[in-house]
Amino acid sequence: MNANEPPKALRGVGNFIDDRFHLAKMGEKNLRKVFPTHWSFMLGEIALYSFIILLLSGVFLTLWFDPSMEHVTYDGSYQRLNGVGMSRAYESTLHLTFDVRGGLFMRQVHHWAALIFVASLVFHMLRVFFTGAFRKPREINWVIGATIFMLATIEGLFGYSLPDDLPSGMGLRILQGVMMSLPLVGTYVSMFLFGGEFPGDLIIPRLYSLHILVIPAVLLALIAAHFMILWHQKHTQYPGAKETEKKNIGAPMFPAFAVKAGGFFFFTFAIIAGLAAFVQINPIHLFGPFSPTSISAGTQPDWYMGFLEGSLRIFPNWFDVNIAGYAIPTAVLVPGLGIMGLVFTGPMVWPFIEAWITGDRRPHNVADRPRNAPTRTGLGVAAITFYGVLWLAGSNDILSHTFSISLYTTTYIFRVAVLVGPVLAFIIAKRICLGLQRRDRETLEHGYESGTIQQLPSGEFIEVHKESSENMVHVLQSKKPLPRIDVDATDENGVESPAKRSIMGRLREGLAHWYTKDNVSFDGVRPNSGHHLHHDGFEDAAEEHDRSETVRTP
Amino acid sequence: MTDHNNTNDDADNGRVIGTPTGGDSETLVGPNADAHGEHQGPYPADETHVWPEEVQRRGEKVAALWFFVAFLAGVGFFVAYFYFHPNAQDEPSIADPATAQYANMAIGGTIALALFAIGAGMTVWVRQVMPHYEVAIPYDEFPSAPTEKASFGDFFMRGAHESGFIKRKLMRRTLLLAMAPLGLAPIVLLRDTGPLPGDKLHHTIWRKGMRMVVEGTDHEIREADLENEPGGMITALPKHDESDPEHAHGLSLNEQAKSVILLIRMPEDDFNPEMERLNWTHKGIVAYSKICTHVGCPAALYERTSHRILCPCHQSTFDAANGAEIVFGPAHRPLPQLPVTVDDEGFLVAGGDFSSAPGPTFWDAERGA
Repeated sequence: MNANEPPKALRGVGNFIDDRFHLAKMGEKNLRKVFPTHWSFMLGEIALYSFIILLLSGVFLTLWFDPSMEHVTYDGSYQRLNGVGMSRAYESTLHLTFDVRGGLFMRQVHHWAALIFVASLVFHMLRVFFTGAFRKPREINWVIGATIFMLATIEGLFGYSLPDDLPSGMGLRILQGVMMSLPLVGTYVSMFLFGGEFPGDLIIPRLYSLHILVIPAVLLALIAAHFMILWHQKHTQYPGAKETEKKNIGAPMFPAFAVKAGGFFFFTFAIIAGLAAFVQINPIHLFGPFSPTSISAGTQPDWYMGFLEGSLRIFPNWFDVNIAGYAIPTAVLVPGLGIMGLVFTGPMVWPFIEAWITGDRRPHNVADRPRNAPTRTGLGVAAITFYGVLWLAGSNDILSHTFSISLYTTTYIFRVAVLVGPVLAFIIAKRICLGLQRRDRETLEHGYESGTIQQLPSGEFIEVHKESSENMVHVLQSKKPLPRIDVDATDENGVESPAKRSIMGRLREGLAHWYTKDNVSFDGVRPNSGHHLHHDGFEDAAEEHDRSETVRTP
Repeated sequence: MTDHNNTNDDADNGRVIGTPTGGDSETLVGPNADAHGEHQGPYPADETHVWPEEVQRRGEKVAALWFFVAFLAGVGFFVAYFYFHPNAQDEPSIADPATAQYANMAIGGTIALALFAIGAGMTVWVRQVMPHYEVAIPYDEFPSAPTEKASFGDFFMRGAHESGFIKRKLMRRTLLLAMAPLGLAPIVLLRDTGPLPGDKLHHTIWRKGMRMVVEGTDHEIREADLENEPGGMITALPKHDESDPEHAHGLSLNEQAKSVILLIRMPEDDFNPEMERLNWTHKGIVAYSKICTHVGCPAALYERTSHRILCPCHQSTFDAANGAEIVFGPAHRPLPQLPVTVDDEGFLVAGGDFSSAPGPTFWDAERGA
């Protein structure tokens, strides 16, 4: 009798399954799966858990919500709207709020979970981007993730439009207005989507079937694929003494990660439930039903649509043209469709652009420290700045009111900021990265500053440096020279290859130079070899001078 | 969970690193004797850092406390749920907005606390009862061996040849031909999702002689009503014909969305003399479509002193004293103007339809239809 033998009931179930699927070996292998531990790896988990919460709360809402645009006159529990004309969709949302116990709570859970879902997707993507975890072999999973982000945004917009309250109808109106601006096909697209003119009586049932069936099904499939690929390729990890390109270090799936992740699911759910209980979100009963003739000033869309709202606000009509009387409203097309396309597709193509520039086709399992890829980090910060400026511009009326600046002045400020901000952000972020690289190089060579001050017999004060730990040395040494593998290709006579001489070759070479030029070299730096670690109390000034030279040399 | 790569800290926290587990921990991993007399768990000893028994015992108590809190909060949820009533007759009822807020806090708060306590208990369980693991598994090498690839390619091509798909061109091409109409069928099937635009977007229900009513009240508007209007602006709709069965319940939202206007009155001298349709105004009263030509929000804000109409969505600004020309913002074209006159009884009436298609600017919005 072995004490580690599973109890009889469990053995029975296990045998029943194994007799049919032959799962013992595969099951053990998967229970032994390793998950590296770092706080930033929880961002994707938050997204997964909030998606599960969205499915659960969404199903609850469908039990009462009626996606009909039939016109009714309200006569129900919410006295203030009695006698007001509205759609069935809005009426059933009021019913959910004031006649179903827990209905308001579930509505708020659903809305908060949606906001957190998109937010965690964004932060998860930023983590993956800045650590280079999207590189080979994980590019496809990155593209799937970017697609999930795009669908999540659209799914959120559609869900926001369903209750048919005033802001939700306004969001739909803007969507329709953007659609109409498309040259030639705009009016057709709008007519087909809305089943006629705006608002018609079909758009909510149509969005409903997309919102509760089509898009969630695609999202679920993509999330499953995302997770299976992650499972198959294994998680990336940060550099360390044991962490290498060959070995994945972390907690095993069973039992540690399973319980840890389970606990984290409950935390995520608790935060969302707490917000839903105590922080009001989307109080549609205060907004009133949709009417195409009314609007309330200061209305804000959900946060993830803010960047589109901002770009629509600040993009001027200076480039609008009329060709033979036909209107091409670039002030709608560029901010409404162009910027949206850039935000959604830019991330998808980046891994392939970066690999093309650097020529780096090696597989990577150890993630980059953002400072060690300064150009990428700079571009990422520039993209955040661009997005952030647009997002702030989406509330320029509120900013104008709050800070007593003229409304038009805020528009001009944002127009300048959206162009200058990303450039400045790129330069600053890249410089910070290079500065950190230099400090890393110094720490690697000279050890770290211990905080202990010594006075030398000569009267000079020095700070004692201590040797970095083995782990720290590994972290610092994880900085590899940035690859420019086949960009410098020349044949044995030093003649450039035809590919290099082509226009694309020239462009690629230029970009590769730009991408790698400022990188700080760690060549020839031996860990803990610096003289600061070998103070014998008689350091001369020349040596001190020499040290500062070393630091400045890239 | 952040210190996995800093084993020095682990030691400081009292974790037993890389040592065979003591007698206490045998109860955790079972007494299964190992030939090497080392660690008996499923993971090697140097990867499993077991907590001392007293730490584990304390962890168990803390976790149990959290789980008990979760149980109480869960019971609290039932109490909260049945304490409130869904129907307006019984008290306290969630039909009352203030009570609904309290019910939401009670129902949601108890659930949130229960969820949080379970999460906290599980976290204590992982961090203080379960060993700390640092397990290694190898990453896979992804490209298959060249022999495997070659074998696959060889098998695949032989199969493809065997199937005849490559050699039998007629069959292959007719199959692809057969696919083309079927592939287009789903797109064709969507044809009836909506009507063709035609000239629908160019026309509204405004007709010559149609009276104007205040939006929301159906009060017919006289010239004098605007003099008494402090803001100098009224949102108006066409007066619908109640005898027409189509409009028995008022205007449809589609009709409202196209025909809604801003009626503005200003001193006649304030109009720009070069305004194109100055003769469409009546004694200082001018009417413009309320729907912004940018993306269709109602341009609802009017500033009397500067005669500016502002759309609150994207801040397109139009000059009401000059044919609603664009003063600022992203709109493509002025707000369409509606001719205003008075009828025999002194009511304001339309002199015809808008000067161009109302609503968001589209491809042929400025071309007559």
